[in-house]
Amino acid sequence: MAEITVTRRTPGMVLLRGDLSSDALREAASAVAGAPMPERRQASLSGDTGILWMSPDEALILLPEGRAAEAARALSQRLEGVHHLALDLSDARAVFEIEGPWLREVLAKLSPADLHPEALPLLEVRRTRLAQVPAAFWIEAEGRARLICFRSVADYVEGLLRRSVEDGPVGLFA
Amino acid sequence: MLILTCPYCGVAADETELSPGGEAHLHRAGPGSEDASVEAYLYHRSNPKGVHFERWRHAYGCGKWFHSARDTATNDVFGTYPAQVTETPQNILEAIAQRRPGWERPQ
Repeated sequence: MAEITVTRRTPGMVLLRGDLSSDALREAASAVAGAPMPERRQASLSGDTGILWMSPDEALILLPEGRAAEAARALSQRLEGVHHLALDLSDARAVFEIEGPWLREVLAKLSPADLHPEALPLLEVRRTRLAQVPAAFWIEAEGRARLICFRSVADYVEGLLRRSVEDGPVGLFA
Repeated sequence: MLILTCPYCGVAADETELSPGGEAHLHRAGPGSEDASVEAYLYHRSNPKGVHFERWRHAYGCGKWFHSARDTATNDVFGTYPAQVTETPQNILEAIAQRRPGWERPQ
């Protein structure tokens, strides 16, 4: 089953916590990420950068590799006096890119989340469980998904994904 | 299998994505309370067969605590609602009244 590829990526990631509905926070995040603040559960992407909605008070900013520390500092400067937390989390998370035609099934076999295209539209971030560990994934375009997990379980997650690919499709969304 | 919709992120979360938090709407017995009411607050829990109000945390998701009303015998879910309330919202009580006519909250 060579149609699906799993690749480890190392983007920069900045955690931003605070009141996501506040104008100051939204403007600062957009300026740093180069993309608008996403609506609930959405990913707002612009090329290599973007913002993921993680919870009502948490967003994850994606940046090119090596840019996160500087971006976290820039965010804190812009948000001086506004209650927030901006933290470079690049080394605390692992990111995988999954490409191929039946990647929804690769994930569906590992997670309780409903992967049906109607239940999980493109660019909707689903935080869930992947076998025994927490993970978040979103499908950027049919045939390309990205997945984030804790770095401490990255080897485990990579093994899960590869095994799920090896076992082949089951025809769930055929 | 139990599926609860998190009122904060709107995800229909599977039971295995949630952490149970026990009975909802407990009244804390604070300083100066009678021993009996502290004991009740700490240990006395209802264990109904039927309508029950619980706390859950969306542990594998947005991480927020919320409340749910469900039937413990059938896992029929009447609704979920945010944790920032001390009483069950009216729309949840109406959903229960509709599907369990005659149900009354135990004292």
